[in-house]
Amino acid sequence: MNLRRMLQPGSMAVYGVSSKNPSHPANIIYHKNHLRLQARTYAVNPRGGTLFGEPLFPSLAQLPEVPDVVVIALRAELVPRALEECASVGAGGAIVISGGFSEVGRTDLEDEVRRIAAANDLPVLGPNGLGVSAPPVMDTFFLPQERLIETRAGRVSIVSQSGGILVDLMIKLTQEGVGLARAISIGNKAVLDEVDLIAWLADDPSTDVVGVYLEGFRPGRGRAFVELVERIQTPVVVMKSGRTAGGARAVSSHTASVAGDYAVFQQVVGASKAVEAKDEAEFVAFCEVLARSHHAGVRRVGIVSASGGHGALASDGLYAAGVELPALSEALQGRIHAVLGRSVQDIASVANPVDLTGSATDEDFYEATRVLLDSDEVDAVMVLLLPYLPALTPHVGSRIAQVAQQHDKPVVTYIPHVDKYGIFIEGFEAHGVPVAHTVGGAVDMIRALARSR
Amino acid sequence: MNARVEALLREARAVGWVMEPAAREILASYAVPVGRHLVATRWEEAIAGAASLGWPLVAKVVSPEIVHKADVGGVIVGITGEAALRAAWDHLSALPAFAGVLLDEQHTMGVELIVGVKIDPAFGPVVMVGLGGTAVELYRDVSIRMAPLSLESAREALAALKAFPLLTGYRGGQAVDLDALVELLLAVSEAAMALEDAVESLDLNPVFASASGAVVADARLILR
Repeated sequence: MNLRRMLQPGSMAVYGVSSKNPSHPANIIYHKNHLRLQARTYAVNPRGGTLFGEPLFPSLAQLPEVPDVVVIALRAELVPRALEECASVGAGGAIVISGGFSEVGRTDLEDEVRRIAAANDLPVLGPNGLGVSAPPVMDTFFLPQERLIETRAGRVSIVSQSGGILVDLMIKLTQEGVGLARAISIGNKAVLDEVDLIAWLADDPSTDVVGVYLEGFRPGRGRAFVELVERIQTPVVVMKSGRTAGGARAVSSHTASVAGDYAVFQQVVGASKAVEAKDEAEFVAFCEVLARSHHAGVRRVGIVSASGGHGALASDGLYAAGVELPALSEALQGRIHAVLGRSVQDIASVANPVDLTGSATDEDFYEATRVLLDSDEVDAVMVLLLPYLPALTPHVGSRIAQVAQQHDKPVVTYIPHVDKYGIFIEGFEAHGVPVAHTVGGAVDMIRALARSR
Repeated sequence: MNARVEALLREARAVGWVMEPAAREILASYAVPVGRHLVATRWEEAIAGAASLGWPLVAKVVSPEIVHKADVGGVIVGITGEAALRAAWDHLSALPAFAGVLLDEQHTMGVELIVGVKIDPAFGPVVMVGLGGTAVELYRDVSIRMAPLSLESAREALAALKAFPLLTGYRGGQAVDLDALVELLLAVSEAAMALEDAVESLDLNPVFASASGAVVADARLILR
């Protein structure tokens, strides 16, 4: 199935727009797209009529053009007929927002959706999902614009089995300064599932990283997922719920008991190129760092800090993650010492972690990072920046970013996230260096870079 | 799946489960090392078999009614001579639905592992390897990888075990023949792929790995 027209539409029909109920999901979707977004959007209602002077088209056949995508927000019983209509006019795909399918026991209706899609080679997303948010082209989320946060345009796409978790992840990524390309809610995944969408996103020029939230794979699709991620270049971060469900089942053998559903998921996915995130914080950190760095196999990290405590916390985290914090050679320590300014030269610790002390300047952070990146003793540098220190300025980010770009090695940063320090954070992020808002988040970023491939 | 394996599976379905001799034969057909063993249905066969296998021996009851052999005293180890074998025979042949005795060479212990297969609903056939013994469900120090395993993934699965140093000679212990263990995993992986539609899981527990090789000492095959 070709998903291009469905996910990158020039035209959209919204099926089920009401002339009486302004808060009907179809109305919200219609207005959003019609007024603000690029896809040419038409409202469809079998009873016809008008809405704010715009026509309600009685059928897809009566639209002025064949819609690339049809968003369906009708009662579940009416969805199969609407899908038949999509197929007969030659629409490029359908997004079924409506609930009332397998999630409430109506597997018959869902089977019908599957049958129509297969018979007509019609891509169908959903049912029981939010669809696709990909501004400025389209946004089928039936959530009023004023209720949502303004996301940033960027390179991370998300595929989620839960609409609610999807919106939460969008908020959290945005708060971390991570820009989004496409957010796709797959709902009951009657036809298209996570594997189909990851495969499409891997070839999508606007996507550099795919983040996936999953409740479970359909039969055989875990294998398809692993085979796919091995084949594609795009990094895939996956977070799964339902980790404990398998344990409760009575099992017939030692193997079946030890190799429960989640254990298999964790180990098989862990051995693949995909990165498993255990919680939302990891998910955000992994997506952020992988959107900015293509590196893998990071084993040795140098830390540059202005506080012994921060260095120690980060060291503990890296140690627990199995990442090495190498003792720096005498020669390298000497080189770091030599580039430090007078105010810190005699009080700084130049072992790993490098502790520049509270008197550190932009220059000290920049030079220490540069010398570490120059050496062959570390694969990556973690900068723990405390923006309340008097001699630091907002320029520090762009300078460190510059030195990071000159080396083919990743730099990750921690800066406490409060509005006051936004200008420091942007100095890094605007120049491609990811910033975590906790020390643990910076450790998580290194863990993503430490993945084997 | 060859005709013999299909026939064994058909017979097993009729009984409801796969008795150990059949499980071993099925595994052996995929080149999984199951050790030298034979099944005796009469005492004369047992004593002749003992002579060809050599002492010490392990004797296990074969009975369609006994799934958990050890629970009913159906496994007797350390048989070093004819008198002990006779005593074992008398005991085992009195168990319900007695159909024979499986005589197995007794392996030098080495390291005790569990190797398993599960046909996972999402990922299909997966192979599990870990340190065996009764504590496997407590420690859960296992590697699970999608079949078919490559040579690299079989090696990596072993190296990923916390207990991996036990295989390479921990604190003066003897290193096991890792290549033999890797070969065993690859053979199990091949069996897993071939048996995907017929079985639900496979327990090879214990598998003994030592400096002289790796061998399956007990096999359970759970039908789908």
